[in-house]
Amino acid sequence: MAATAESDTSRNPFRRPKATTGFWSWLTTTDHKKIGILYFVTAFTFFIIAGLQALLIRVQLAGPDGQALNPDQYNQIFTMHGITMIFLALMPLSAGFFNFVMPLQIGARDVAFPRLNAFSYWVFLFGGIFIYSSIFLGGMPDGGWFNYAPLSSQVGPDPMAGTIVDAHVSRMLFYSIGLQIVGLGSLVSSVNFVVTILNMRAPGMTLMRMPVFTWMTLVTSFLMLFAMPIIGVALWQLMFDVRFGGNFFDPSAGGDPILWQHMFWLFGHPEVYILILPAFGLVSEVLPVFSRKPIFGYAALVFSGIAIGFLGFGVWAHHMFAVGMGPVANAAFALTTMFIAVPTGVKIFNWLGTVWGGKLTFPTPMLFALGLIGMFTIGGLSGVTHAVVPHNYQHTDTYYVVAHFHYVLFGGALFGLFAGMYYFFPKMTGRMLGEKLGKWHFWLILIGFNATFAPMHILGLQGMPRRVDTYPAGYGWEFWNAVETAGSFLIAVAVLIFVINVVISRRSGVVAGDDPWDARTVEWLTTSPPKPHNFDEIPQVTSRDELWNRKYTSDHGKPIRVPAGGSGEAAHEHEAHDIHMPDPSFFPLVAALGITIAGYGVFTGGIAMAAIFGLGLVVGLYGFFGWAFEPPSEDDH
Amino acid sequence: MASEPAAPTPQHETTLGLSNEKMGMWAMIGSECLFFGALIAAYLIYVNAFGDAPEINPSTIYDIPFTSVSTFILLMSSLGVVLALSGAQQGDDRRMRTWLLATALMGATFLSGQIYEFTVFMEEGMRMSTSPFTTSFYVLTGFHGVHVGVGVLMLLTLWGRSLAGKLERRKSEIVENVGLYWHFVDIVWIIIFTVVYLIPAE
Repeated sequence: MAATAESDTSRNPFRRPKATTGFWSWLTTTDHKKIGILYFVTAFTFFIIAGLQALLIRVQLAGPDGQALNPDQYNQIFTMHGITMIFLALMPLSAGFFNFVMPLQIGARDVAFPRLNAFSYWVFLFGGIFIYSSIFLGGMPDGGWFNYAPLSSQVGPDPMAGTIVDAHVSRMLFYSIGLQIVGLGSLVSSVNFVVTILNMRAPGMTLMRMPVFTWMTLVTSFLMLFAMPIIGVALWQLMFDVRFGGNFFDPSAGGDPILWQHMFWLFGHPEVYILILPAFGLVSEVLPVFSRKPIFGYAALVFSGIAIGFLGFGVWAHHMFAVGMGPVANAAFALTTMFIAVPTGVKIFNWLGTVWGGKLTFPTPMLFALGLIGMFTIGGLSGVTHAVVPHNYQHTDTYYVVAHFHYVLFGGALFGLFAGMYYFFPKMTGRMLGEKLGKWHFWLILIGFNATFAPMHILGLQGMPRRVDTYPAGYGWEFWNAVETAGSFLIAVAVLIFVINVVISRRSGVVAGDDPWDARTVEWLTTSPPKPHNFDEIPQVTSRDELWNRKYTSDHGKPIRVPAGGSGEAAHEHEAHDIHMPDPSFFPLVAALGITIAGYGVFTGGIAMAAIFGLGLVVGLYGFFGWAFEPPSEDDH
Repeated sequence: MASEPAAPTPQHETTLGLSNEKMGMWAMIGSECLFFGALIAAYLIYVNAFGDAPEINPSTIYDIPFTSVSTFILLMSSLGVVLALSGAQQGDDRRMRTWLLATALMGATFLSGQIYEFTVFMEEGMRMSTSPFTTSFYVLTGFHGVHVGVGVLMLLTLWGRSLAGKLERRKSEIVENVGLYWHFVDIVWIIIFTVVYLIPAE
């Protein structure tokens, strides 16, 4: 058998990459920690791009009759701001944590399918580049991130004719194909994480001993597993309408544009929980550590997360109250929407209960975690007001809605992700993120965030419509819009401080050690940064706060430190050479490249289309077959 | 190479006892249920939406006897993949290869039938752009056909690898996982055939 594997690789024009450092190691890595860092760097780059787009929007809206952008540019910018933040920044930042932290938390050496993991990253990166390549090819998508039909689905030219020249059609194709490619990455990574969490836990790590972040990763992965195929179908339908004369969403031919809304939000609302649950998980790791207490109501926290996952699929039409579904449907979705506030509220009380009576310290991760509790609660409460249908009729499509979803996605998801970044930075790099700059970062972003988005509640209730490129003077909207623009620049300064902090701390931060926060879970058992195989010896898990219980015993509720070397992990420096880690591979990159190349075929017709599809197919199949035929590890036969 | 080693190798020990690959296949199949569910739902919404071409509708266009035959062939191919698995499990590589190839050929026969059916429909004036009914029909059955095609490719790959003597490690597990996918594609077709062809439209 060894001979067969070798003959495979000898025929492989790419030699099996071996490098573990340097440029090529990043292109071929199958190490979940390296892939996690790739996710962070790429997603944060997209985050900066989307943030600059937000600044452009705020400059345009700073005063009445703004001239910074023309309406066409404004449509592209606000659409790409939404698409980028959701699909290319927040989701992959969460994926960065899933990748880096979750396998460490369950005491695994890697994820279940390391090469599939690399493939997820590469399709995400190529999909993002694909969408942004539209800048040079007729303009960026301009129909909003929701891209409602029939605005989006106007029929293109004859499929058998030549290249598409219609800019509108091309923009919508960049939307549908680009998100299809990015979504494929989310889908396969959800399969990967589900299998990893269910199947690769350390001995003794029962489901109810898993850290809350791992639980939220599991729930999020199931949400992605079941939500991504729905947006996949919707995007295919849009593509067939736009490019091949289909009639799914064309009312003049008997199609129904509302079908798009149903399909989109049947994905889109679970997507909201896909964005927020990872942040909830991160905060649930941070709060107990800096309160020096176990998490309050672990089971309630876990089951409310699962309940959110289930209910998340039953609330989508609250995005559509105003389209005229009728009182029965509106009432039903109003009720389910109010129901889903219950498990979300349970979580808030879990966190308050965790903090209550704790011995609190306030380093930056704790500040961001507490910031999430406050800001998300504001956003959650305005969310409940959306569930009240008559109220919803009044404020739908106004800035009130923009205020709401920025409070949950910025004040919620992003604050949680920042908490996680400060908390796990020492584990990733071996150095602490600077506390002084961190505190500046937190307070500036908290003030800037509230200055930017709190006034939107007022403007929305005064009737200022969203998605419109400007507004005339005299409605009384000038003052708060000016405040918002000022606030948005404060946010930009805060993010700049964060970037500077990362750059400085990466080089000259305080050396962290294995367990700088005196933490509770097993990812802090290993070195910082962890070795490629994570743990020299897989930890044996006996309790929920495994690491804490190895460090402390309880004396009438007071923690007493166990003497070093007591029940703690004895220093093992053995057998590392016996651990077979999956080898690096080129093929995930090649397969992802093939899919992306094929994506460009849709923009052409006739022979060019066949040629581009053919090239993509050949490259993609080469990648997939090479992948299937090469063993996961050269030693592994 | 009489049979597989009985005990799994240490690095394949898993928490739930199921191999990662098989669990991954089940997770993917769960996801695919939603994919086809959405496509079937779209078809059901438009089953009576004939646009400007009321003459092109389910009762005039479908050739039930023809599609029944190709459906029968596809369903029989599930038996084929079971027999291939049985061959793999008993270490009878010849039998495994025979049934892998037979299954792939049955799948290819079904695909040929679908291509023929599409060609006839096109000649009768039923195009993607004719009406919401035709769009949703082509997209639903077309995506199913793509899934059958991917399955045929996987079966032929297994056949070719086995013929070249390169399908040894965890052979029956691989055949079983491809078989899971194949059964799923068959089951989806049972639903599509019933919903699209057999239940008469208004």
